[in-house]
Amino acid sequence: MSVMTQTVADGMVVAKRNLIKIKRIPDLLIFTTIQPIMFVLLFAYVFGGSIKVPGTDYRTYLMAGIFTQTVAFGSAITAVGLADDLQKGIIDRFRSLPMARSAVLVGRTVSDLANNVIVMVVMSLCGVLVGWRIERGFWLAIAAYAIMFLFAFSMSWVSATIGLSVRSVEVAQSAGFIWIFPVTFISNAFVVSQNLPGWLQPVANWNPLSAVVASARRLFGNTGSLPAPDAWPMQHPYITAVGWSLVLLLVFVPLSVRKYRAAAVR
Amino acid sequence: MADAPAAAAAHPVVGAVPGRGASGRGTRSSAAVVAEGLVKHYGDVKALDGLDLEVPEGTVLGLLGPNGAGKTTAVRVFTTLLTPDAGRATVAGFDVVRDAVEVRRTIGLSGQYAAVDENLTGFENLEMIGRLYHLGKRASRVRAAELLERFDLADAASRVVKTYSGGMRRRLDLAGSLVAEPRVLFLDEPTTGLDPRSRLAMWEVIAELVGGGTTLLLTTQYLEEADRLADSIVVIDRGRVIARGTADELKAQIGGERLELSVASADDLPSTAQILGRLGTGEPVVETHTHSVGVAVSGGSAVLIDALRQLDSAGVVVRDVGIRRPTLDDVFLSLTGHSADDEMPDGEKQPHRGRRGRERGRDRDRAEGGRS
Repeated sequence: MSVMTQTVADGMVVAKRNLIKIKRIPDLLIFTTIQPIMFVLLFAYVFGGSIKVPGTDYRTYLMAGIFTQTVAFGSAITAVGLADDLQKGIIDRFRSLPMARSAVLVGRTVSDLANNVIVMVVMSLCGVLVGWRIERGFWLAIAAYAIMFLFAFSMSWVSATIGLSVRSVEVAQSAGFIWIFPVTFISNAFVVSQNLPGWLQPVANWNPLSAVVASARRLFGNTGSLPAPDAWPMQHPYITAVGWSLVLLLVFVPLSVRKYRAAAVR
Repeated sequence: MADAPAAAAAHPVVGAVPGRGASGRGTRSSAAVVAEGLVKHYGDVKALDGLDLEVPEGTVLGLLGPNGAGKTTAVRVFTTLLTPDAGRATVAGFDVVRDAVEVRRTIGLSGQYAAVDENLTGFENLEMIGRLYHLGKRASRVRAAELLERFDLADAASRVVKTYSGGMRRRLDLAGSLVAEPRVLFLDEPTTGLDPRSRLAMWEVIAELVGGGTTLLLTTQYLEEADRLADSIVVIDRGRVIARGTADELKAQIGGERLELSVASADDLPSTAQILGRLGTGEPVVETHTHSVGVAVSGGSAVLIDALRQLDSAGVVVRDVGIRRPTLDDVFLSLTGHSADDEMPDGEKQPHRGRRGRERGRDRDRAEGGRS
């Protein structure tokens, strides 16, 4: 068996184990989906009236932003799951087995991705209920979801690095999530980046999350007549979104694998 | 190839036999586990400070020491979870750093915490481990069922582990370490935190296991556990070996067998003391209120028989008699100057401390008595 196929095979065994947990504790999934549903409803009905987006209505504009924010937060769970396994000594058991080095991380990120897919389905249905529509057809919508999931997957590896660096589940819970707030809010997810203060605009425009949101928005056909900001990443959102995700993977996959090797419960 | 002829000699053996199999082990030496001068630092703390030990194939070594002595660190090095800062270690002839993957194929590890997944059933836990040993789907399932049966968990096989008792979790964890029929097994404090009944059950399981010829390195802070399960014992403190030998050897090392008996009538105490004084190696100690007399002896049961014979012919009615051999607690105390669980931080262990504290007092009395 080559290293690659062994990693995938072992990763799937671990992913299956993680997914069984979702099956055994369905409350977990219920609560992870309630939050995004709440967000959709709150933003659509509370802010919807106050935030004006030129060229389209806010609910249409909002949805790609909420989707992306939700999968980004969904990826932060990776840190918690790994910290939990570390604390319980399960990582020790895995590390003493002749399994592929990165399989535990592959399994964890894949199962968290699966979790994200489930949440995304629920959220999309909820979006349709409040009036959101896919306007450019099925295949482009699939491309939009694919870009969001690729980004979520790469964020999971960032999160994995965090989870393996902290010493407890509690720390992972806050350390894993806290940085996602600025990443999602200093972006085009909820507001039009042209309306941000001048010095903040480049940050928002170069934010990887903005590129993902812009891509999804465009592929869903949710931009209306709103022009893209005059910044390179926003003019080329697809390549930027995919590029950022690949860069994150290139950096954080090896980094988290190294962390995993060194991880030790004392 | 700077390091040692041992490595050079072990290598051809390994290289000559592709893959695994019994012949893969270092046939040159019969030691299944070897540590030479292992050092491991955690910041300023020296967890291992030049640890040397050897576990001959098919035997059980008890690695004994208080919390923080370095037991777990040693196990983590042997099981490839930690890289030592200095020194070297081999398991079944494979270097734990250079041949880590080979070592992992050879060993089973059951740690201090039962590393089982609470949300999986017992069966799913073992099946998963089988898959990760690459036994294949079918074989993994067969093996899981087999082990659940053997560890008396068959009835609970399809129950989520969350519902298991502490003892059941430990048994499942131990079963997990046996999935690939390891040649060398590491058990890190397998009974810590278990109630006495589960501990006894665990001991029976382990005893049965080693009866089958598995090499076992067992760490424990329960002296009774090492006494009961191990062929030989290595006592470590602050990352160093401070004593080694069989339980009997260690006990003999500090000597101090005592013949203790009590008589039916207080009137017989003086004559009893006189007889024991002749047989013992020290002054007999008479405790009037319990009608008992004790004396340090050497010679074990022969002295005991002698004493009883003489007392009988003197017409003394003996109510209770025995030779109290030093426990491993005494061994530890005399070797390190502190009791085995002195450094235990958690309040949970408090009840033990009271008991040990008393023994310790007794021990000190004896030591001082011996000196005077």
